[in-house]
Amino acid sequence: MNFHLVSLGVSMLRRDWRAGEWRILLLALLLATGSISTVGLFSDRVKQALQQESHALLGADLRVTSVRPVSPDYREEAIRLGLRVSATANFPSMLSTDSHNLLGEILAIDKGYPLRGALRISDHSNDTDTLHDDGKIANTIPERGTIWADERLFRRLDVKLGQSIQVGNLKMRLSERVVKDVDQALSFTSIAPRIQINMADLPATGLVQEGSRITYRLLVAGNAQAVAKFRQWAEPRLQNGEKLEDVRDARPEIRQSLERADHFLGLAALMTYVLAGIAMALAARQFISRHLDACAVMRCLGATQNQVMGLFLYQFILLGLAGILLGCLIGWAVQAILVASVQSLQAANLPSPGLMPVIQAGLSGMTLLMGFTFLPLWQLKSVTPLRVIRRELGPPNRNTGLMYAIGGSVLIGLFVWQAGSIKLGLTVLAGLGGGMTLFGLIAWFSLRLLSRLPMSNRHLFTNLARHGKANAIQIVALSIGGMSLLLLTLVRSELMQNWIERLPPDAPNRFIVNVQPEQRVAVQQFFIRQGLPQPSLSPMVRGRLIAINGRPVKGDDYPDSRARALAERETNLSWSADVPAGNRVVQGSWWHSATGGVNEHEISMEEGIATTLGIKLGDTLAYDIAGDEFQGKVTSLRKLRWDSMQVNFFVMTAPGLLDNYPASYISSFYLPRDKLRSGDALLKAFPNLLVIDTEAIIRQVRHIMDQIAQTLGAVFMFTLLSGLAVLYAALLATRDERVLQAAILRTLGADSRYLHRQQLIEFALLGTLSGLLAAAGAAGLGWILARNVLEIHFSAPATLWLSGLIGGMAIVMLAGWLVMRKIVKLPPLIILNT
Amino acid sequence: MAFIVQAINLGKQVSSGGQPLHILHDVNFNVEAHESLAILGASGSGKSTLLGLLAGLDVPTQGTVMLDGNDLFQFDEDQRARLRGRLAGFVFQSFQLLPALSALENVMLPLELQGQDHAREQAAEVLEKVGLAHRLTHLPKHLSGGEQQRVALARAFVSRPKILFADEPTGNLDAATGTQVIKLMMEMNRTQGTTLILVTHDEALANQCDRQLRLLGGKLVQD
Ligand SMILES: Nc1ncnc2c1ncn2[C@@H]1O[C@H](COP(=O)(O)OP(=O)(O)O)[C@@H](O)[C@H]1O
Ligand SMILES: [Mg+2]
Repeated sequence: MNFHLVSLGVSMLRRDWRAGEWRILLLALLLATGSISTVGLFSDRVKQALQQESHALLGADLRVTSVRPVSPDYREEAIRLGLRVSATANFPSMLSTDSHNLLGEILAIDKGYPLRGALRISDHSNDTDTLHDDGKIANTIPERGTIWADERLFRRLDVKLGQSIQVGNLKMRLSERVVKDVDQALSFTSIAPRIQINMADLPATGLVQEGSRITYRLLVAGNAQAVAKFRQWAEPRLQNGEKLEDVRDARPEIRQSLERADHFLGLAALMTYVLAGIAMALAARQFISRHLDACAVMRCLGATQNQVMGLFLYQFILLGLAGILLGCLIGWAVQAILVASVQSLQAANLPSPGLMPVIQAGLSGMTLLMGFTFLPLWQLKSVTPLRVIRRELGPPNRNTGLMYAIGGSVLIGLFVWQAGSIKLGLTVLAGLGGGMTLFGLIAWFSLRLLSRLPMSNRHLFTNLARHGKANAIQIVALSIGGMSLLLLTLVRSELMQNWIERLPPDAPNRFIVNVQPEQRVAVQQFFIRQGLPQPSLSPMVRGRLIAINGRPVKGDDYPDSRARALAERETNLSWSADVPAGNRVVQGSWWHSATGGVNEHEISMEEGIATTLGIKLGDTLAYDIAGDEFQGKVTSLRKLRWDSMQVNFFVMTAPGLLDNYPASYISSFYLPRDKLRSGDALLKAFPNLLVIDTEAIIRQVRHIMDQIAQTLGAVFMFTLLSGLAVLYAALLATRDERVLQAAILRTLGADSRYLHRQQLIEFALLGTLSGLLAAAGAAGLGWILARNVLEIHFSAPATLWLSGLIGGMAIVMLAGWLVMRKIVKLPPLIILNT
Repeated sequence: MAFIVQAINLGKQVSSGGQPLHILHDVNFNVEAHESLAILGASGSGKSTLLGLLAGLDVPTQGTVMLDGNDLFQFDEDQRARLRGRLAGFVFQSFQLLPALSALENVMLPLELQGQDHAREQAAEVLEKVGLAHRLTHLPKHLSGGEQQRVALARAFVSRPKILFADEPTGNLDAATGTQVIKLMMEMNRTQGTTLILVTHDEALANQCDRQLRLLGGKLVQD
């Protein structure tokens, strides 16, 4: 590096700064780094908050689940990392009173349980009105010698508080009625009523023996980074029969909503990158074309090509560093303000954001700056010194296409880095690039067409058409800016509304499990009698995957603990003639024949689980169902909308194939608050049913949606600013040319009224075209988002087109008038001379 | 004795609208050190083109230029630039001051580009000589045309060049101001012993030089 050149760069930067030449470039840079760091920091924390809240459904941030007592190493490491820990053990066991016996589920809990969320116990001793009872938070665990139990046990053992129940060798006193336990909604497998006992009583029950089916859990919770560290530490140490679980592993509804939140925030970041890049490219272009003369003079005064380029390169780097530093500070501050202003984030008591998003923003800002400005800088080298005598020598042949290609590659790189998905990055950018090219072509053709129309004041348009390429580029830039504005305002609210509406107020909030075939009609009739909508009962049989293409499936074959758990667990298989609502076949096709293949059974599988287990279309699967083997071929893969809260099945067949296996029925339904008694009555009428309250999950999914809707507004404010910066830069870009042209027209006798009119008509036309293209772009992007990210229906509201049209025209005319106002009045000689 | 500038069979051909166009044809002349030479000719006769070639701002299609014993067009762009930095100063019709730089900074620029120390002091000194000691911090747009051209003169002389190239230095100035600027230029030329190559269409101005060459349609003609 040439030190002398650097110091000259510094003083040039200072001088140019004084002259205001850097303002727009710095503004672009500040907005870029500011918004990238805000989006990065903020979305990071929002995700953490959402995740933390979701953890209340699990009672912990992470669980180590094992078939043996969990090795104390895990606990020690968790404590070392500053995490809170607790433990549980659960298993089925006979519970008895003098008159009744019942298979129940015993959950032995330790101090601190649950680490997230709350165990709620009834606060009235009167045991009639239980379903209306929200209870109170139990701040303790059962005392030694006592048990807590849920409503089903009271009913089925016909006991009251204070009575004793035999648990193994111990006679224990029933001391509390549990209204809600944390992970109640999480597993459909614990069909038996649950009792909670103190962990310290467990040995004395004598139930812990060789061969008892006990699930041991270590619960951990705390600082998200520490939890992540713990996960990292624990993952490779997992033994056979041990697994790690967080709420994503446990609940697909939550996982899907969180993923959508991720996608959305990621897209906001990408959008910011794109806008920032364009703003910088425009600003740099403008800056450089204003400095061509200076380059020529310096070449004349003896500067070499590299000196000229280096001088500007150093200035860009210096400016970049300053802008980035400032931008990151702004990002940090804005993010802090945002967090403080969103109540639930405050309450979540988040760990302070990491430095990583800031560093990432800084690097991204610099990369964008260099990516979009290096080529024009490089081309400064070839400015001929002859320009000092022959002004009409234009700028060196600028290869705009190459510049945007380089910029595009930088964007792809950044996006891959940010989102970790090459495919997504390429898709989005290809779409964007294609869209921009299309916009440019449409703009160019429209301008040419207008100038050929047989109209009296056609000459007003010829001018626009003459600079067709430059104006087309300007229109593209204006429409990208406008598109971001429309997308973030109109389209966003429309999308959010449709998304939230998909989970209507009467979305199912109860699941009924274990309806026996002979109970189906009675259950249906019960619903009719209670004035509830009839539930549709889906059949299911439980089976375990034993072979894929004849190769036996062993949990140990899967390195991933989630896959291992899936491979070892029983799955619910169901059947249906038609594709169930909320399911979408994404590969293969639904049953080829009405019978779903009598000779060769057809299986339809959920896409995610197939990927996790390494199952592809056309694979032959074997299930062990109640001791028999069932074989079939995977002929379709489905995507499920988990967050619709409907009953969903990973594995389905055509009707008739599973008739010989023992089936039970499952359904989901909406139980209004004023009909809670009906739920109670249902259990009284059919004691074997398990009714699972999924209200908590729905509430969490709704909450995630609300949070995204709210926080996106805040995050997008920044993207919006970037969009405005693009608009501003795009208008400034042609200002110098317009100034010159106005001066020439004035010397030729045009008065300022004529000039004004001509400029305004030009701006109106540019604005209208840009506005329409912006609306089209926003509608297109909205549609893609709706289809691929949110999986909802979307149609562009009429206001979108109207706002694009009128807004585009108004904004561009107003801004154009502001930019040109003074110029039209200046005496032409001053302009021509400077 | 050696000539400081030699034009040897110098020619420039461009293609304009597909047609080859000879802007400059077989130009030969020599200039001695400390001499002042005027290149006269009507507008469009090729004066600026010739000046550009002599200073190595452009490349000829034929012939060459020897500058202080260096064959300009054996050099590459950067070597020519360095040679210019060492040997030449420029004054243009349109001043060519950098708009973002103050008068002083404009004059400092050639020294800074060469990495010289004390640029500020030297520049201030020369600006004082051209009578602008009180306008050091002013931006070009706040200076009159005559003042701007005086700043340009200071910038041209600050690096103590052997040759000064001037292209219609009074072209954008009124008569009185133009005379002042020329007087100043001639004086500095004398005191620094600079070789002057002046392009003009003004006979009176040309007559102040030691020698005159006349261009007509891109060819040198004898007086
Ligand atoms: N690159 C070029 N392409 C086409 N024509 C040129 C080019 N450079 C110069 N000319 C033409 O050559 C002629 C001489 O130009 P110039 O040297 O600027 O004349 P002068 O300085 O004497 O007015 C002019 O007619 C000019 O238009
Ligand atoms: Mg000329």
